[in-house]
Amino acid sequence: MSVVDYVVAALLLTGLFFYAAGSVGLLRFPNAESRLHALTKADNAGLGLIALAVALYWGSVAVAVKIAAVWLFAILAAGATAQILALAAREDEDGRR
Amino acid sequence: MSLAFELLLCLMIIGTAAAALLIRDALGAIVFFIVFGNLLGLAWLSIGAANVALAEIAIGAGVTGILLILARARLKTLGDGLDFPATAVWLRLAAATICTGLAVLLAAAVLSLEPADKLGDRVAALLPDLGIENPVTGVLLAFRAYDTLLETFALLGALVAVWSLVPAGSRWRTPASMAIRDAAARTVASVFGRLLLPIALVMAAYLVWAGSDLPGGAFQGGTVLAGGLLLAVLGGAVALPRIDDARLRAVIVAGPAVFLAVGFGGIALGRFLAYPEGFEKFLIVTIEYFLALSIGVTLALLVAGRPVAPTQPDRED
Repeated sequence: MSVVDYVVAALLLTGLFFYAAGSVGLLRFPNAESRLHALTKADNAGLGLIALAVALYWGSVAVAVKIAAVWLFAILAAGATAQILALAAREDEDGRR
Repeated sequence: MSLAFELLLCLMIIGTAAAALLIRDALGAIVFFIVFGNLLGLAWLSIGAANVALAEIAIGAGVTGILLILARARLKTLGDGLDFPATAVWLRLAAATICTGLAVLLAAAVLSLEPADKLGDRVAALLPDLGIENPVTGVLLAFRAYDTLLETFALLGALVAVWSLVPAGSRWRTPASMAIRDAAARTVASVFGRLLLPIALVMAAYLVWAGSDLPGGAFQGGTVLAGGLLLAVLGGAVALPRIDDARLRAVIVAGPAVFLAVGFGGIALGRFLAYPEGFEKFLIVTIEYFLALSIGVTLALLVAGRPVAPTQPDRED
């Protein structure tokens, strides 16, 4: 294994750790806002690390740019939907009071 | 792909399918159905069928998922209970038997295909005459163009069916606004939609263009277009048109109409849907662009649903 392979493996494992942390947060946190927090923050960190690992593994600039675009759209979508979901969750809670 | 990965994927596909069928809560079942569609797309990708994977994820999971979620929301506003009484045991057994029989038949049919029957080679040998390199596009637009033509008319028919659900004699002409009603959330969706719509347009055009040589094509491009349009509609950046708008109707029938016209043109050459020599790729790409436009707008309007009375502009969401 070359140095790059070790870096790729380390990035993948760290990314998986963040994904696992995000999933645990989704299952364990008490309300919608903190669950969204776990999903959007931890999962996006995990996605970034795994995207980096994939780009390094392929070792091509063209692939790296495509992966970067995928990553960018994923976090844009996650950010936008998290805002909308959080607002909807607050509306639901207000309705219940 | 490794055996371990494929086995895990199979287990996850069967698991999500079972969850989608067995969960009593409708929304939970829909969520599992969407996850199932995405995993199925991964499975297609792992056997090298990128075209099918794109279609499965975009249409099977994406558009169908949205349609199911909206259908649930509409049933709830109508006051229809989404809990169904447990079905009789004999009915369940009968359904299980029929489904198992169908699965066995399908499996037998797939397994009876000899890997050495060289169907792929025969298609590949014919592709240079068409000037395109993607065998799936070759089959869909040339060798089995008949099926694709009929599919586009089926989609058109579905939209006509949805539109015809307005009460007889009513003057309802505009689908309910899909814009999110909460002002702050609408702002977020509006910014996102305005950003994504132009990118979706470029992506859709690219997918159709790439479809002649690489995975992609009219249905994939059309679904990306529909997704961009729906996001823009949710944020209020784009309003849904009146269904009697002549330009809208022209866009919706453009794809099937151009396809049919090229098909009739082929009669002059001796056979319906025959492409004149030397113009195969030009005609295929032209048909695909018109189809993608029509498919995109039709899918978006299918999601928007039937026109509603002007006095109730908002829909429960």
